Amino acid sequence: MSDESLIDLAERVEEALEGALLRHEMLKGEMVLYVKRDEIVHVLQFLRDDRECDFKLLIDVCGVDYPERAERFEVVYQLLSLTQNNRIRVKVATDENTPVPSAVSVYSSANWLEREAWDMYGIYFSGHPDLRRILTDYGFEGHPLRKDFPLTGYVEVRWDDELKRVVYEPVKLAQDYRTFDFLSPWEGMTDVQLPGDEKATKPVRGWIDTRIAVKEKKAS
Amino acid sequence: MSNSAEDNARVEMGHETHIKPYTMNFGPQHPAAHGVLRLVLELDGEVVERADPHIGLLHRGTEKLIEHKTYMQATPYFDRLDYVAPMNQEHAFALAVEKLLGIKAPLRAQYIRVLFSEMTRILNHLLNVTTFALDVGAITPALWGFEEREKGMEFYDRVCGARLHANYFRPGGVRYDMPAGLLEDMLEWAEKSVPPVISDLDELLTENRIFKQRTVDIGTVTAAEAMDWGFSGPMIRASGLPWDLRKSQPYEVYDQMDFDIPVGKTGDCYARYLVRMEEMRQSLRIMKQAIEKMPEGPVMVDDYKVAPPPRAEMKHSMEALIHHFKLYTEGYHVPAGETYAAVEAPKGEFGVYLVADGTNKAHRCRIRAPGFSHLAALDFQSRGHLLADTVSIIGSMDIVFGEIDR
Repeated sequence: MSDESLIDLAERVEEALEGALLRHEMLKGEMVLYVKRDEIVHVLQFLRDDRECDFKLLIDVCGVDYPERAERFEVVYQLLSLTQNNRIRVKVATDENTPVPSAVSVYSSANWLEREAWDMYGIYFSGHPDLRRILTDYGFEGHPLRKDFPLTGYVEVRWDDELKRVVYEPVKLAQDYRTFDFLSPWEGMTDVQLPGDEKATKPVRGWIDTRIAVKEKKAS
Repeated sequence: MSNSAEDNARVEMGHETHIKPYTMNFGPQHPAAHGVLRLVLELDGEVVERADPHIGLLHRGTEKLIEHKTYMQATPYFDRLDYVAPMNQEHAFALAVEKLLGIKAPLRAQYIRVLFSEMTRILNHLLNVTTFALDVGAITPALWGFEEREKGMEFYDRVCGARLHANYFRPGGVRYDMPAGLLEDMLEWAEKSVPPVISDLDELLTENRIFKQRTVDIGTVTAAEAMDWGFSGPMIRASGLPWDLRKSQPYEVYDQMDFDIPVGKTGDCYARYLVRMEEMRQSLRIMKQAIEKMPEGPVMVDDYKVAPPPRAEMKHSMEALIHHFKLYTEGYHVPAGETYAAVEAPKGEFGVYLVADGTNKAHRCRIRAPGFSHLAALDFQSRGHLLADTVSIIGSMDIVFGEIDR
């Protein structure tokens, strides 16, 4: 599917559902619709039932955490149309306390996917028929994929031979968890503008291929 | 049970007794659960009224771990998702990263990827079809099929050094070129070794009365239901929808390959089995074409900011040594952006939604596993069926918990 037809499609949706869409954007040849939180079910319903959209498959629902934003979570819906051979991405922003209307009434596949988003991020879906945790342990506390949840977690389990059952204990590491941050702010590997180096040519793709630079130098 | 005497009396009197549906626990340690599936079944006699799969017993937090690792360190995690088809999943990750980096694998690497993806598909289907048969009572297919599977694993071993956890498809191409003689051996395997086994399985199962009794009209899914539940791969094709990403949204060199997409008619367990059998034959066709057309050339992009320089060069070039050091400590930086890349994995659409923030680590790497959506649909498929049919349905869905639990 070409870019123009996807843009046409987005404009069509924008026209039909006035006020429901915040904006649309083309990212790497993929169409992204930003939708108002309360309108998400309407938008999904339209995308599914409209003949030219015909997105009959909800491929994925997932959360993304951006802690620096006011509404820190993004719920991302990936839709697929078999007849139009199209993909589209729909995004909704929310925070820890604001529920997102559940899409289960539109797509059955949203059931488990929303349960996972709830489990991993604590995004609440209102109107979901069975919003239980899905991947984490029974009685688990916290939402592990949030950026403020530590990689090591809080509890560990072991078999207690005296109690004859599995016990939960606060995590104890034999050595401190070491996160190796190799991120360097200079050198050709980043596109970070260094202070005092404003005159340097900005790399097109985020880095400079040194071998090409050498070749060019020799040629000149 | 205070009124059991009363109940007995009623039975004797010829009245109908009402038995409450009871709840049964199935798994997580059960040979037919295909891993660590815990299934809470509400049964009315032997009829399933509700099936509630409890998953997550194999949850390892892959997505969280990937957020804390560089892109190069993240690749091996994909082998450990669906450990039956490791290379296909690396493929999705490699495609996503390549898209964000704006690079493309060289032609030879693309052919190698197609070749190994298709071989993996055969290995996956050999495992699924035979264990499915094992679930419904046939032992011989598993013994025969696994022999071929093991030979396929040897090709994995020869190309990357590991039977399962390959770490072979990297962003930018494949890690090493194939060793000499591997292509010829793979061709021989595809031409002489596998086809007889597939036809043996065909003879054993396709017209087998017991196998058909256990699978025909079991777990029927209509095309509309398949779409509603987000099916993909052999599951959606068995329901009569001709949908395959290799044809409809071709990646790598699939558009130059000549192959057919088998489509089922009935959408039941038997149709899924038939689709998988035919897919193996089509994969053999693609393998042969890929081997025939395999071009010469590099297998990794010629950019030392993404791909490590050859070891020989590192021995005399300072530049190469620095590149190697930086790649294996800091890793490469992926420009900020987001993308969704999907491949037709043996089990269905395997997708990676990658959000990069311009550093050497991914901000978010969402893994879309096909089995997750399929297992979510177990409840509605098994309602009204017998307990033993649930086993058939699980077997036909091609469940691997590595990818479902992530």
